[in-house]
Amino acid sequence: MKELPVSRVTEAVRALCSEANRLLPPDVEACIRRRSEQESWPAARDTLENILRNIQLSRESGLPLCQDTGMACVFLEVGQEVHFTGGGLYEAIHEGVRQGYREGLLRASVVRDPLRRENTRDNTPAVIDCRIVPGDRVKITLAPKGFGSENMSRLQMLKPSDGLEGVKRFVLETVRLAGPNPCPPVVVGVGLGGTFDRVALLAKKALLRPLDSPNPDPFYGALEEELCALINETGIGPQGFGGRTTALGVRIEAFPTHIAGLPAAVNINCHVTRHACTEL
Amino acid sequence: MEKRMLNAPFGEEQVRSLHAGESILLSGTVYTARDAAHKRLCELLDAGEPLPLPLRDSVIYYVGPTPAREGEPIGSAGPTTSSRMDAYAPRLIRLGLRGMIGKGLRSPEVIEAMRECGAVYFGAIGGAGALLARSIIENRPVAYEDLGSEAIHRLTVRDMPLTVVIDAAGNNLYESGPQAYRKSLQK
Repeated sequence: MKELPVSRVTEAVRALCSEANRLLPPDVEACIRRRSEQESWPAARDTLENILRNIQLSRESGLPLCQDTGMACVFLEVGQEVHFTGGGLYEAIHEGVRQGYREGLLRASVVRDPLRRENTRDNTPAVIDCRIVPGDRVKITLAPKGFGSENMSRLQMLKPSDGLEGVKRFVLETVRLAGPNPCPPVVVGVGLGGTFDRVALLAKKALLRPLDSPNPDPFYGALEEELCALINETGIGPQGFGGRTTALGVRIEAFPTHIAGLPAAVNINCHVTRHACTEL
Repeated sequence: MEKRMLNAPFGEEQVRSLHAGESILLSGTVYTARDAAHKRLCELLDAGEPLPLPLRDSVIYYVGPTPAREGEPIGSAGPTTSSRMDAYAPRLIRLGLRGMIGKGLRSPEVIEAMRECGAVYFGAIGGAGALLARSIIENRPVAYEDLGSEAIHRLTVRDMPLTVVIDAAGNNLYESGPQAYRKSLQK
């Protein structure tokens, strides 16, 4: 059994909040640069160049990439040999978010209750997903999620007979309905299978996979490519001003499901597809 | 791309000369307001009370910035989704609001009010908060400081990069831009 004081978790989360909001993952930046070079429509290229300038400015000046510094989505992989000491694990994570957002001058964007809407003023609570895995390591991934794109996400319980075509239709329809609102170019996370609740989590987790690593199952790898190409035929373009680059990538995560169902979820992320991770 | 310089506040004649798709560098005064501030403004109007900002010929930027660092006017400051203000915007436009800066679709009611009164909707690049912050050189609180990042501020901007998305004739780049791109592929 490995003992791990939760204060180390707080410290790690605090640092991740600051990092994730200022340094875009290299695969996302590289993808925007490549798409910008391939973009034939002048207005679209202009917009992508400004987005690249923003990434550089954020890195150099330390200003957050986007003023919507998001809701802090925390994904934990906890080795089953780990014993946390010195307090509650989840409270330690919330404390890390509290410190990270306050000290990092990140925006407090969370309200305590969806209807009564009082700001918690420190961006807590985090949205925590925890998976127990073999071993004695703890992996923490923090993904700040902005709501311009979150609001454009959708879930549908498709029928098995809807099949592959039904899934493609649903993903494309979601991107078309979103139009300029989620700040394209977007990254599209698709969850397939599981249950009503699990499929949304799959879609969100799909957004964590780097843009240079396709789904290891060649069937889904090819579907990711095909969906991305179809989305980029819509012409929505960067910011919805027209152009080729509507999506930077599509990421699919699938899970076994019931004989009677085909749950599908689409979680849209903007070009500021932020995540940072660390291991303890 | 060619950029047109524009100074805010501006009047109806100038607004009617702007066309959807034009790239603008905006300088001058703009006011910040998001949903919560819009709600309060409309409550004041309902009560027949004066507003904390002048609406006539003004420009409102839909933004909730991150906190400013010591010695800087503002933090990261990109646009928020405009459609959340659609319920309030037509009323403000009919009282003289001349311009809005945001991102994303607007309702037919907003566009109708813009055509009727002469108003423009600019798009700023969503997710480019560090870049846009550089064009904000001064920031003064005006009202509702209890709303935190949703408070109303008066900003002085210099060469803020914007695109005319919907002009006062109702032309909409969100429709014409993608259409023109798709058409270019058929040639």
